[in-house]
Amino acid sequence: MPAGYERPVRILGHMRPMCCAGCEAVARTIVESGFESYYETRDPLSGYEALPVDLPPLAVFDDPSAQRQFVAFVGAYEREAMLALDGIRCAACVWLNERFLRRAPGVSSVSVNYVTRRAQIAWDNRVTTLGQIIGAVRALGYDAYPFEPEKQRLRNAAEDRAGLWRLFVAGFGAMQVMMYAAPRYLDDTGTLSAESEQIMRWASLFLTAPVIAFSCGPFFSSALADLRARRLGIDVPVSLGILAGFAASAWATLASSGEVYFDSITMLVLLLLGARRLETSARRKASASLDRLARWMPSFAFRLNGFFGAEGERVAAHELRAEDRVLVAPGEIVPGDGLVIDGRSSVDESLLTGESTPVVKREGSCLIGGSINVDQPLVMQVTRVGTQTQAAAIGRLIERAAAGKPRLVEAADRVAGALTWIVLAAAALTCVGWLALEPSRAAWVTIAVLMVACPCALGLAAPIALTGATGALARRGIILTRGSAIESLAAITDIVVDKTGTLTEAKLSLVNLDLLGSLDRDACLALARALEAGSAHPIATALTAIPVAGVVRVVQQVIHFAGGGVEALVDGRRVRIGSHRFVTELAGPPPSLSARPSSESQVYLGFDPGFDPEFDPGFDAGFDPEIDSGWIARFCLADSLRPDALALIVGLRTQGLEVHLLSGDDQSVVDEVAAQLGFAHAQGGASPQAKHDYVKGLQRAGRRVAMLGDGLNDAPVLAQADVSIAMGQGATLAQQHADLVLLSGKLSGVFEARRIARLTLAAIRQNFGWALAYNAVAVPAAAFGLIGPWEAAVGMAASSLVVVLNSARLLAALR
Amino acid sequence: MESLYLLVPLSVALVGLTGWVFWIALHCGQFDDLDRPGLDLLDDDDKPRGPSA
Repeated sequence: MPAGYERPVRILGHMRPMCCAGCEAVARTIVESGFESYYETRDPLSGYEALPVDLPPLAVFDDPSAQRQFVAFVGAYEREAMLALDGIRCAACVWLNERFLRRAPGVSSVSVNYVTRRAQIAWDNRVTTLGQIIGAVRALGYDAYPFEPEKQRLRNAAEDRAGLWRLFVAGFGAMQVMMYAAPRYLDDTGTLSAESEQIMRWASLFLTAPVIAFSCGPFFSSALADLRARRLGIDVPVSLGILAGFAASAWATLASSGEVYFDSITMLVLLLLGARRLETSARRKASASLDRLARWMPSFAFRLNGFFGAEGERVAAHELRAEDRVLVAPGEIVPGDGLVIDGRSSVDESLLTGESTPVVKREGSCLIGGSINVDQPLVMQVTRVGTQTQAAAIGRLIERAAAGKPRLVEAADRVAGALTWIVLAAAALTCVGWLALEPSRAAWVTIAVLMVACPCALGLAAPIALTGATGALARRGIILTRGSAIESLAAITDIVVDKTGTLTEAKLSLVNLDLLGSLDRDACLALARALEAGSAHPIATALTAIPVAGVVRVVQQVIHFAGGGVEALVDGRRVRIGSHRFVTELAGPPPSLSARPSSESQVYLGFDPGFDPEFDPGFDAGFDPEIDSGWIARFCLADSLRPDALALIVGLRTQGLEVHLLSGDDQSVVDEVAAQLGFAHAQGGASPQAKHDYVKGLQRAGRRVAMLGDGLNDAPVLAQADVSIAMGQGATLAQQHADLVLLSGKLSGVFEARRIARLTLAAIRQNFGWALAYNAVAVPAAAFGLIGPWEAAVGMAASSLVVVLNSARLLAALR
Repeated sequence: MESLYLLVPLSVALVGLTGWVFWIALHCGQFDDLDRPGLDLLDDDDKPRGPSA
């Protein structure tokens, strides 16, 4: 202890001196959190403790420019961030961190994911800062840092090496110790002298010591963390077993009498470490596709200076601001959301939507950050960067889902916790029982009981499968925003479908074109397109989106009339496109036309018939005032059904689901659509409240209801349904209320999601069944002395592996 | 049997030596990527790829 350093902490009624501010903080935290009894029960320290490594100062995390990378601004003061936690070894660590942070002032929500080892934290910026929160985590003996994929990768690599080295040490130890044990096992004739055996024992002890001291580190530290949290994890009985076995054998060696089991212990450690390594790799594979989402954004961007010209500089992507102009070369990743201001190219948005065909982008098109520019350079104007982008919004939705715990997982955690108690009780009973019957075997039978029980198979059963399913869904452009949605989706009986924006595309398209004059179809469309080119009205968007074969017309003096339409000069002649009345004013008395359904919108095209062609010899617009009355065409537009709407409804019905159509539109329109697609139940004119009541009514009748809608309106009905699915629409992602979002815009995503949900739930059930059955058989068998310590270790490792491999099988099936 | 007094410590030393060699291999990055180097064999380009390739 440095001289003159006085930072005592009151522990169990005594003032204890502390060596440094770090130890002081840890001790103070443990005491003040009510975990003081840790000091009563802990083992004496070895006297040689690791020195603290240099941690970055906490103020770094509060720097606003650094925060822009990883902090989301939710409300005026509400902040949200994803932190990667270091030092999480088990479910108990997750529990400890969650409980502790939840009590911290200003923290409004915390959820820690064991599989991804990330914490989603929301806090009030007026009360606390991110630096203080990270400080609190450090005070607990863990470390937290803003989640950055690259750092995570480096940490994973370091963890990998350390883990492999532990496995090597255990492996070499186990092999060599088995060599020393072999002579005694093979010695049938009693020729092995006591002296030779003693040499072997000492050599075994010498090689087992590093295995215990080094390779078993993770078991011991996790058991210690469990005890510190006053909770029992799987590592508590395992550590007890290992330590008891080693102590008994070491005593036998020193005393030169009794049995040694160094070979069993080292083998056991080797098997356990091997199983954990496989588990880690499976877990990492499962979360790999989630990480891929987070890695989307490029590190650098080419920012253009000034408004014209191609001069610019390469800057870090996080230095970009809205309004910056960026050159995106072919093959590069778009650094933020924005608009194309120059160039024409196709862009691959598959990471975002699961759609593999590149999308054509031209001037004015929206670009999504994270998509890949395929063939031509594009100049874009950035509109949103960092945490404001759609990619970031999707990432947060996914993380939110991963951080939330489904009911199944919570149930499994409770059962696993109870099981550990049962195992300890069984071990104690076994010990007492065997001491009474056959004292010489008592120690080893007890150790076998401690080893063979495997609550971790229970704990693993759900998270691995769920993480894998989330990744598989994301690859298909389906974003899961609430973890428990998988369970609900697998169990649905009814699906309620909204019409506008779900079954239909919520944009108009041309359903009919009546030619009223001498112009042909292509010429009419070309003319309409030229006139509407500058308008943002939905009708104009629909008309300009139609591919045209006709000659593109040059229009001049374009005038927009609000509520009427557009007028312009085409080859010197006045032409109008717009409402019936607007065109009548120019083109004269209208011709008689057939009636159209009320769900359609009509647009008319006409010209001024009073013009004398002799004034304009160059006139060549194609229409002939001698024959034509002035009316050229009528365009009928309607909100068309999605091409895959029929397949969806038929498919859902074949799967035995009841389908319901629910819409705010007129009953007549709804009936028409229902008849077209084969809905058994259809209700039109439904207010949000009526929709909510409808779903509630179904649920009261014992149905499990999924709601398929646009995910933005109708929040009450979405919340009421057992599971809600939405068609994802770009800019509005951040406000999504739905449990599942179909980014691909394809209705077939509903099938995919349901298939994955059912497979996942089946895998979880199998895992649970296996884990429970294994423990029910193995623990009694070990207690009756039928299983030796190292068979117990094989059994335990195998039971975890079966769960991991079953989940891996699921992942493979979903690929 | 006296040879055991030599051979057993020798075997312990051998384990230590093996462990040391593996330690070096591990920290040279030998086990960091177990998949890609095997595929490098199929690459017609004879120049070895960098670790970050």
